[in-house]
Amino acid sequence: MPDSQRMDVRLSNVTKSYGTVTAVDDLSLVIESGEFFSLLGSSGCGKTTTLSMVGGFQEPTSGQIYLGGTDVSRLPPYKRDVNTVFQSYALFPHLTVAENVAFGLKRKKVAKSEIAGRVAEILRLVDLNGFEDRKPALLSGGQQQRVALARALVNRPKLLLLDEPLGALDLKLRKQMQIELKRIQSEVGITFLYVTHDQEEAIVMSDRLAVMSNGKIEQVGPPDQVYDRPATEFVAGFLGASNMMWGEVHAESGAMLAVRLEDGVEIAVPKSAAEGHGKRLRLGVRPEKIAVLPMSEPVGEGWNVLSGAITLNVYTGIGHQYTVRDPVGRDFAVYVQNTQAARGPALGEAVQIAWRAEHTFVVTPSQQG
Amino acid sequence: MSATESRAARLRGLGRGAAPYLLSLPSWAYLTAFFVVPMAAMLSMSLATGNPITGYVFSWNFAEFGRAVSQYDTQLLRSFGYGALSTFITLVLTYPVAYWIAFYGGRHKGTFLFLILLPFFVSFVIRTLAWQFILADQGFLFGTLKQLHILPERFYLLSSTTAVIGGLVYNSVAYYILPLYVALEKIDRRVVRAAGDLYASPVATFWKVILPLSAPGIFAGFLLVFVTNVGDFVNAAVLGGPGTTMIGNIIQYNFFDAQNYPMAATLSSILMFLLIVCIYVYARIFGAEQIQEYAA
Repeated sequence: MPDSQRMDVRLSNVTKSYGTVTAVDDLSLVIESGEFFSLLGSSGCGKTTTLSMVGGFQEPTSGQIYLGGTDVSRLPPYKRDVNTVFQSYALFPHLTVAENVAFGLKRKKVAKSEIAGRVAEILRLVDLNGFEDRKPALLSGGQQQRVALARALVNRPKLLLLDEPLGALDLKLRKQMQIELKRIQSEVGITFLYVTHDQEEAIVMSDRLAVMSNGKIEQVGPPDQVYDRPATEFVAGFLGASNMMWGEVHAESGAMLAVRLEDGVEIAVPKSAAEGHGKRLRLGVRPEKIAVLPMSEPVGEGWNVLSGAITLNVYTGIGHQYTVRDPVGRDFAVYVQNTQAARGPALGEAVQIAWRAEHTFVVTPSQQG
Repeated sequence: MSATESRAARLRGLGRGAAPYLLSLPSWAYLTAFFVVPMAAMLSMSLATGNPITGYVFSWNFAEFGRAVSQYDTQLLRSFGYGALSTFITLVLTYPVAYWIAFYGGRHKGTFLFLILLPFFVSFVIRTLAWQFILADQGFLFGTLKQLHILPERFYLLSSTTAVIGGLVYNSVAYYILPLYVALEKIDRRVVRAAGDLYASPVATFWKVILPLSAPGIFAGFLLVFVTNVGDFVNAAVLGGPGTTMIGNIIQYNFFDAQNYPMAATLSSILMFLLIVCIYVYARIFGAEQIQEYAA
């Protein structure tokens, strides 16, 4: 089974229920070796429960969890080749930084001389050399976070679980640690399973991510794919803003479908995006994909065009955030980068909004509209 | 006008500066009346000479100290031995109970603690007398067992070291459970979880994480119980015999029966001094910082 050798983590129909509440619902997932994989979702979506089951802190109600091909579903945490970086860090308050980091190696009965070397090496990696003899209480939040990371990484686990590890840090430090974590991960080459509710964090750091909702996975894929081609309306809304429309397929030409919106305007949608969605489509387009043009300007081939009036204009420094209301009352959010020399459209001005046809995505609707 | 104003302001300023001292006056008065004065009285009495009939006069008489040590060294040593042993046994017996309540007590923690404290609402002397009754050579327990030939006729427990130490342990249980429980309850469960994540088996987690983190409770309980038990005389008087006399009994005898107040005061001073030395050494060895570090 060379395939299961390569696979680091495999969850197979994993369910976790608490009485009548199902926290994780028949979840199946494969995480490749060496991957930075994120579970993204709002609180209560089951992402932390999933992590806990992989870590061994909770047992699945049904289903199996495989690590490197072996079923570990019922093994206690201390018998799994997995380490966790906890949201609260959970450092041992009675031990120094070096002793905290050495804890796992000592339990695994690694030789003393080797422990000293590995502890020094990992503390260098997280930039904490010189702090060996400090107690955790004397460290800042960011330093404690790095001790927690070092304490887990030093064991060279097959898989590292990270439970919102940056949640307690302030914004600036969080951004810094995102880059740092990414660097460390590529340096050590360990599989990271990362849990977060912050969509930007997941997009920035992950090789692949899974968006979860109500104990189920909504979509799995690389960040750009999930962002540009969200599979469901939930994903479209959770990963950034999107403008949603209803439309009906009425013709096809080449790789494109001609779709008529509710108000009769016709737009083009890539056939590949609409595959398997039937005739009635839930369509979307991201605000930054839309251009705002004067009414007089001709629009090129391959663009979808609607008209409307500016109802909101917010200057954000790096750009403008417009709301454009079309004649039937649909509001479109538009982000325009601050690159134009000319003054932008004024409030109340009639404009065209246009986006490339292939930027239109089709999702499974949350409910029928 | 402005002169009186500034004087009033000065007085107010003075009042503010003096306020903390004024507020602590009752405490100072209390400590002086009930601690400093009796302590001085005891120390000066230990240096007095005289006899019960003519009374005792302060006279820088240090000879009593030498006599006290040479005459009662056995009882002094025994008291510290009994104190240490009974405290250690209490720790070993109460730790699992406190651990269980703190970690597995769930929402009944309060009930369990109350049940443990319940017997301690009965007077200390009554409880100890009850043990005398239970352990009596021909009492309902041993008497019955002897009739059934489960125990030999010669078997006894009263008047033995075992009975005295047993009594000391029994009477200390609550005083050790409470500080242990508080320390164990305070341990962050996420840290315990982290130990499991870092390959520590439940046994290793206990020795390397839970025990060191509960050290403050072990330390506090030890002081509380050790000091009380070393100076105890009720258990030895009620459950012991001639061979189990503790220093507390000697002090009591000298004070109430022989009315040899200087000797009673001298023994009390020696006991206090030795306890302070013990506690100091103990704190130096297992003091807050060190106790946390030996685990590593």
